[in-house]
Amino acid sequence: MQIYLPIAEISVNLFLLLGLGGIVGILSGMFGVGGGFLLTPLLFFIGIPPAVAVATGATQIVASSVSGLLAHLKRRTVDLRMGTVLLIGGLIGAGLGILIFNYLRAMGQVDLLVTIFYVVFLGIIGTLMFFESLRAIRKSGRIPTRRKHNWIHNLPFKIKFRVSGLYISVIPPVMVGVFVGILSAIMGVGGGFIMVPAMIYLLGMPTKVVIGTSLFQIIFVTAFTTLLHATTNYTVDIVLAVFLLIGGVIGAQFGTRIGLKLKAEQLRILLALLVLAVCFKLGLDLLLQPAEVYSIAKGIAK
Amino acid sequence: MMRMIAFLLLFAAPLAAQEEIVLGLSQDAVAITADFDGSEILVFGAIRRESPMPDGQLGIIVTVAGPDTPIVVRRKARRLGIWVNVDDVKIDAAPSFYAVATSGPLSKVLRPSEDLHNRITIPQVVREVGTNVLDSRSFARALMRMRERDNLYQTLEGQVDLSRDTLFETHIAMPANLTEGFYVTRIFLTRDGNVVDTYVTTIPVKKVGMERWLYNLAHEQALLYGLLSLAIAISAGWLASAAFGLLRR
Repeated sequence: MQIYLPIAEISVNLFLLLGLGGIVGILSGMFGVGGGFLLTPLLFFIGIPPAVAVATGATQIVASSVSGLLAHLKRRTVDLRMGTVLLIGGLIGAGLGILIFNYLRAMGQVDLLVTIFYVVFLGIIGTLMFFESLRAIRKSGRIPTRRKHNWIHNLPFKIKFRVSGLYISVIPPVMVGVFVGILSAIMGVGGGFIMVPAMIYLLGMPTKVVIGTSLFQIIFVTAFTTLLHATTNYTVDIVLAVFLLIGGVIGAQFGTRIGLKLKAEQLRILLALLVLAVCFKLGLDLLLQPAEVYSIAKGIAK
Repeated sequence: MMRMIAFLLLFAAPLAAQEEIVLGLSQDAVAITADFDGSEILVFGAIRRESPMPDGQLGIIVTVAGPDTPIVVRRKARRLGIWVNVDDVKIDAAPSFYAVATSGPLSKVLRPSEDLHNRITIPQVVREVGTNVLDSRSFARALMRMRERDNLYQTLEGQVDLSRDTLFETHIAMPANLTEGFYVTRIFLTRDGNVVDTYVTTIPVKKVGMERWLYNLAHEQALLYGLLSLAIAISAGWLASAAFGLLRR
């Protein structure tokens, strides 16, 4: 059954969309990640224009993060003050990201920009995660220690973050926020895969508040990104987002159960391999001669 | 020059008065709905004659053209090992959809000079402008090739059924990814490849219902649409997980 997407202006099979949302949902349930970094490239592969895929991916992340955040708020595992600092950085970053995105879109290089960002970040994260979990499997039981004192503690503008038990400068969290905001606008991802390691290793936050706090930041930043894309590019396709979401929510329920049956290190290795596979496919598209070197774009040349 | 062509055409006119096209369409509008999966239009008609049939090979050509949209065709080349868009050519007269159906081989039913004048075949319709690239014609050819592959450009030689030199009909299949607008349908009646009568009508293609509303809202009230999208997405996400939670119990 075909469904017409009013903004993307193409017809796509309804079950393909539900299935895609479902697969990403299963993975995000299994690994506890947002799945934006998988969803957006998959949307490219089925022929959704990259600009629409990125903008709609952001919308979908807002929706799929809400129920997670509510659960964390109930358990009081959200550092609202840290979340707000990260959020301020995130909003600045999202604005910058949209400027870069729109500039390159006018130049006809936005596909390249998005693909390069994906290849670089998926490559780095996938490789790090792979070796990290290999090491963890070899000497299992060792928990990564969080460093208490490093250069971060010598910066000015210190603030007390009571929930995290930290007294550090606001500069590093704002910078992390800005960086994640840029990624959110350009890649259509929440950025949890960058922010979570940064919060643990760089800021030294306790692991139990990391996920809730990052969800808090992600929801507002991706919501802001959605609004920016909607008002400057008109590329948010709500019909597409809703169908992906329905598949995603159902998939996530199954994913959580599969995830409970596997060990954490095994899960991490699987996720690392998956990230590397997507990175490899996108990288190959850049390196190999495309079947069609010409492409059509609507609108006016620079 | 144009005036001279017009003058010459006036002289050729006596032929035209003898034969006339009378036309019908299976549908006078195409509506793009949520489950829109393309549409087929039946174009049919008759040739009316006041006097005995003149000599010469009779031909019917039907064209359907979607609205012109300005587009940019880009070409990739290898730079620093990766494939990057390097050149672009702006094409300012390219219909978003174009089908040309004929009653016989194009070479028999249409003279090149008539094609040039009336802009009937696809290469005559697609024209590139404003370029600093040397081989700009290859960009236009690439555009035609890509759109032919997507069934957006169709050459249907011999697909017009002509019976007893009077009644004609043809089916034009339009794909799902149509651009909204007025689709200009032209019918040419030819004798020995010379156009003796033309008939022009338009078929509106419009998004309707929900699709129309969403598209307009997204473009005219972008902020409102963005907020609405967020509201819908958040409540849909929350509802779906709540529903699943209930099911599990």
